[in-house]
Amino acid sequence: MLEVKGLTKRFGGNVAVKSVDYSVQQGKINAIIGPNGAGKSTFFNLITGVHEPTEGTIIYKNQEITRQPANVIAKLGVARTFQSTHLFEMSTVKDNVIVGHRLRTKSNLFDSIFRTKRLKEEEQQCIAKAEESLDFVGLSHVSDQLVTNISQEEKKRVAFALALATDPEIVFLDEPTAGVNPDETDEMANLIQKMSDKGLTICLIEHKMPMIMRLAHHIMVLNYGEKIAEGTPAEIQKNEEVIKAYLGGTVSA
Amino acid sequence: MNILTNKKVIISLLIVLGIVFPFIIPNLYYLHIMTLAFIWTIAVYGLNLLAGYTGYLSLAHGGFFAIGAYVIGILTVKLEMGFWLSFLLAPLVTMFIGLIIGLFALRTKEHFFAIYTLCVGYIIYLVIDKWEGLTGGVRGLIGIPLPEAIGPISFQSPTAQYYLAFIIFLLVVAVIYRIVHSLTGRTFVAIRNSEDLALSLGISTKRNKLLAFVLSTFFAGLAGAMYAGFIRFIGPEIAYTTITFDLLTYMIVGGIGTFAGPIVGTFLIVIISQNLQFLQDYRMLIFGPLLTLLIIFSPRGIVGFIQMQLYQRKRKKQESLAYKNREEETNAGG
Amino acid sequence: MELLLQQLFNGLTIGSVYALVALGLTLVYGILHIPNFAHGALYMVGGYITLIMMTEAGLHYILAMVVSICVVGLLSVLMERLVFYPLRHSPPIQDKVAAIGILLFLEALAQFIWGADYRQMSTPFGQVVEVFGLTLTLQRILIVFAAIAVMILLYWFLKKTFTGSTIIAMAQNREGAQLVGINTHKVAILTFFIAGALAAIGASLTSPINLVFPGMGHLVILKAFVIIIIGGMGSIPGAILGGYILGFTESLGATYLSADYKDIIAFVLLILILSIKPQGIFSKGGV
Repeated sequence: MLEVKGLTKRFGGNVAVKSVDYSVQQGKINAIIGPNGAGKSTFFNLITGVHEPTEGTIIYKNQEITRQPANVIAKLGVARTFQSTHLFEMSTVKDNVIVGHRLRTKSNLFDSIFRTKRLKEEEQQCIAKAEESLDFVGLSHVSDQLVTNISQEEKKRVAFALALATDPEIVFLDEPTAGVNPDETDEMANLIQKMSDKGLTICLIEHKMPMIMRLAHHIMVLNYGEKIAEGTPAEIQKNEEVIKAYLGGTVSA
Repeated sequence: MNILTNKKVIISLLIVLGIVFPFIIPNLYYLHIMTLAFIWTIAVYGLNLLAGYTGYLSLAHGGFFAIGAYVIGILTVKLEMGFWLSFLLAPLVTMFIGLIIGLFALRTKEHFFAIYTLCVGYIIYLVIDKWEGLTGGVRGLIGIPLPEAIGPISFQSPTAQYYLAFIIFLLVVAVIYRIVHSLTGRTFVAIRNSEDLALSLGISTKRNKLLAFVLSTFFAGLAGAMYAGFIRFIGPEIAYTTITFDLLTYMIVGGIGTFAGPIVGTFLIVIISQNLQFLQDYRMLIFGPLLTLLIIFSPRGIVGFIQMQLYQRKRKKQESLAYKNREEETNAGG
Repeated sequence: MELLLQQLFNGLTIGSVYALVALGLTLVYGILHIPNFAHGALYMVGGYITLIMMTEAGLHYILAMVVSICVVGLLSVLMERLVFYPLRHSPPIQDKVAAIGILLFLEALAQFIWGADYRQMSTPFGQVVEVFGLTLTLQRILIVFAAIAVMILLYWFLKKTFTGSTIIAMAQNREGAQLVGINTHKVAILTFFIAGALAAIGASLTSPINLVFPGMGHLVILKAFVIIIIGGMGSIPGAILGGYILGFTESLGATYLSADYKDIIAFVLLILILSIKPQGIFSKGGV
């Protein structure tokens, strides 16, 4: 459903991503792993339009999106989360999520000033979507709390809800469990599974190997910006190059 | 619900107060001060839309205020156009200049944007100060006419001018209220929180930032045009950074990014300043440190502080209620 | 030809002062990423302290300047401790507002204590000398040489002493500096002191040929911002080079283009640069 060919990104003299071919498998949980500095986040940023690739093409649903800006890509149904959450702390959880559905609405300044029928309808639609997403990630009970008063793990869930509110078909998750304790990590894994069960295509970057091995259907390994392996968790665990890349450490749990 | 009804009561009371003010205090001087406060508040609302809601601190706001004032001044004094047509054109011309500057200025971010707009403000000042043929240079423009009478309503008296300013002020407040409490306002706030996140949510940050910028210059231009029509004399000092910093102070004291902030900050400071007349030139001895202290200890100003207190009180109440319920349950159980 | 030489020398004089002020600004920006809008107020206070030390305390110009350096340096440190340090984790808009608050306060304070009128500063270096057929005042020559001496001293301090190298290290990589055991508080304090001192030197040097008044810092600080954007925010050679470039451009522009609009040159330059390269000229693109 999303295909990448010869994707390369150079920053000055450094090559962050080097001629990567990859395709995200529809309806599956796809994972990208690799040592620190392997270019995983850059790879994400290229696909979601945060950075422009130096070379290569990105095709989503038979449509080339290579140099499209991030907001256009989002409208096509590609959502993402960031490593840090960037929420407005002094506002309620629900208020933070409502804007997530903005991209599916058409109201403009005129509608806002004159409170047209379209605006009222679309606002209701955004609120309903926010409630639905919060319910899905299990946060209905805190939807009226200020973000500053909820836990780190809950903030991560809010970020998920925001991504879901955009009505995506594919969701990119950048280290969804960074800074979250082990128990909560399991719960996050369950949530990711739940998203996948709902029919969403997932692509995530993670460091926590046990979780990835349990969750992912398909894994790609990046090292120094290059793809060194790709396959099922079982194949990846046996792959010698991967083991070498992780400096002799075991990949399995 | 309680707070909501309270809010409505407070707003109605304030509007009534605004209407009867000229009768309770029939003092021309106070009427003058209040009229000015309405005008400043409109400019501060423009600044708040951009800096408070969208996160872009523009230091050219005084410049756009001056553009609005000078457009109406030049149109009426030099071209002898009618007041109302000029008054209509002033904010529109300001907005158009804002659009062109915004297209370039908004390519920069954070510090660069602040410095860029500070320079834009200075250029506006220097152009007004030096371009004698157009602006009258340091002598300024004298004799901006009064608004022409609309039917039986004439704007000769200060009281009539007060009501005119008051009506425009109420209109602006209503429009701003609708903007910030709609999807448009939410879009601005999303940009302030994180542009990367906003983009990933499918929001065109470029277009929305430009919208916020242009709107902010519109309100600055409107306030400038009202100022020129009210004072009827303008000089280059209204384009100086002092005005920008005054507006900034009103906004920060009231509460940046809050809806009531501009009104609270502007009226509070304007009224205090009047009562500290002896301080006139040195008012920044008090307001300068106040600005710095507020931004450290209550970054969202007076309104933000009160909101936080109210919220915490509500939360505590809920918590103690929940605690009580639990205790009762255990008691009943035991 | 003589006019050109004269203007070039003027450019050198103005450029020297610009470079000193911009150096302080760029050092602070490099360490803390704060665009210190209050820097112009420090410059103004520097001018006043020197003036007052001469007129009220009867000190010699040079001695008065030393007092001014210490006072403004300490004032600058105070600012860091009381305002910027508590705000170190806040969103960037707050630093700027806080700095503007300080600026407004210091200006009002100066006006309150010393009045709003323009004051002249006398100098023991008022003699006129002829060099290569040019008529120059000794004060202008002093400005150029003193500024260059200060810059060489600063360069030596930053490159050759351990304390100085900690500043450079922190400017390059804050977390890294912390990891190798550099006391970042100390470095911040030191940087603010140097920045204040540089502003005081700049103001004290230029005051005898300009005037001392509460708003004297406005244009200078704005131009210093223009300079460090031209030279690269945080870059030391950039600030020096930028200072001289602007100095020359202005003095030549005033003669050959328009004296009325000479102050606009800097701002138009900045707007052109940022319109084309929104991250400044020497920004490191990418991440």
